Amino acid sequence: MSILAYNGGCVVAMRGKDCVAIATDRRFGVQAQTIETDFEKVFQFNPRMFVGLVGLQTDILTVRDRLMFRKNLYETRENREMQPARFAAMLSSFLYEHRFGPYFIEPVIAGLDPKTLEPFICNMDLIGCPNVPDDFVVAGTCGEQLYGMCETLWKPDLEPNQLFEVISQAMINAFDRDAISGWGATVYIIEKDKITVKTLKTRMD
Amino acid sequence: MALAEICNISDAPYMKMRNFTTSDLEQESQRYVSNLMNPYVLQAPPFENPVENLNKIQASSDKTGIKIEFDHGTTTLGFKYKGGVILAVDSRATGGQFIGSQTMKKIVEINQFLLGTLAGGAADCVYWDRVLAKECRLHELRNKERISVAAASKIMANIAHEYKGMGLSMGMMLAGYDKRGPGLYYVDSEGSRTPGNVFSVGSGSIYAFGVLDSGYHWDLEDEAAQELGRRAIYHATYRDAYSGGIVRVYHMTPNGWINISNTDCMELHYKYEEEKKNKKH
Repeated sequence: MSILAYNGGCVVAMRGKDCVAIATDRRFGVQAQTIETDFEKVFQFNPRMFVGLVGLQTDILTVRDRLMFRKNLYETRENREMQPARFAAMLSSFLYEHRFGPYFIEPVIAGLDPKTLEPFICNMDLIGCPNVPDDFVVAGTCGEQLYGMCETLWKPDLEPNQLFEVISQAMINAFDRDAISGWGATVYIIEKDKITVKTLKTRMD
Repeated sequence: MALAEICNISDAPYMKMRNFTTSDLEQESQRYVSNLMNPYVLQAPPFENPVENLNKIQASSDKTGIKIEFDHGTTTLGFKYKGGVILAVDSRATGGQFIGSQTMKKIVEINQFLLGTLAGGAADCVYWDRVLAKECRLHELRNKERISVAAASKIMANIAHEYKGMGLSMGMMLAGYDKRGPGLYYVDSEGSRTPGNVFSVGSGSIYAFGVLDSGYHWDLEDEAAQELGRRAIYHATYRDAYSGGIVRVYHMTPNGWINISNTDCMELHYKYEEEKKNKKH
């Protein structure tokens, strides 16, 4: 079994009209054994920027801390908030630094630019190859299923409440076909003036 | 045929016309339909000494990319108590981490007084349970008496022994009711066969045993026994990634088996959660 699938889990992010959404499952397991069902893989880095990290749990926590350190350093030096695009560039070079002994994580970034409020989503592989599409990004052990769901449900210019429905359905139906993801889900809807957090009632098996 | 005579081959066996008799034809056709007539005739693998070489191929599957591995994720349990036998199983079928089905039937109804559970290779279990059903029916017709659980499990164990080392993967429980009372046997592809009061088989069995052992008692009432089986499987589906779907509970009584319930795990989870909340207050 791949190290990336040792703990299981998945994250998906989507672009809407003047908003973005990012969703995570809540399982933390060791191979077949489910240890906890309140481990969220999405972290808030800025008022309008969230980062999802899936893969090996120990590396998720390490990368999250090291990224927070670098981001804080940047913001104190520059005395301004880091834009999601800058953050993605930083994360990409951070991951490539470990090209020959990588962190076993796949990141997903979702946020609004602090100045222009332009939606931004991005994902990368474990050594930092960035991908910035204008529809949706997925990561995790049920990536194929997520692509299938997103491809059918997503359409341009979804309003925040529609986007919530689409991302929730995509997430739930994808991880219901994956043995090592699921056990609850949390969705973040990021708009210019508010963040909505919703936990979903899902299958617990 | 002049040429054949010149060449001196007209008497050679390959020059003779063959007269097919009916029995020849039968034999010939038997060869092409092998297990249609006799379920025990399976194609041999295309190399010699399968017991040794099959294992070698499976051991080097990482290098060769030839994988002959089947789903192993399951939770099944069975226990005897004063009211008969309870069988409870999940319904998830996985191939690796992919969930292939959430509605599989892992209890096979062999006849009105005999049930089998499946764990391990689904095809192996289903096939040999079908063969077992046939043997049990034949026994019934030959002896004008239903087969005992002991005898049925022995047939299964003999099959397992015959193919031992060839990669069959089965871990099944046979539950029944015969003149000796309730019967419960564990049979697996390694050839072991044991009678017992409490069994659980599969990747989630450790979790099921935890619940089962703490709640098990010979003098359980029917409803409590059924609920114990259901709860044990539910807890296994919660902890074990490769178990889930529907919890099916069967009860073997002196009058044959009854399907007690088929409940979705999601329904059970939120029901138990509610009950736990109410207890606290």
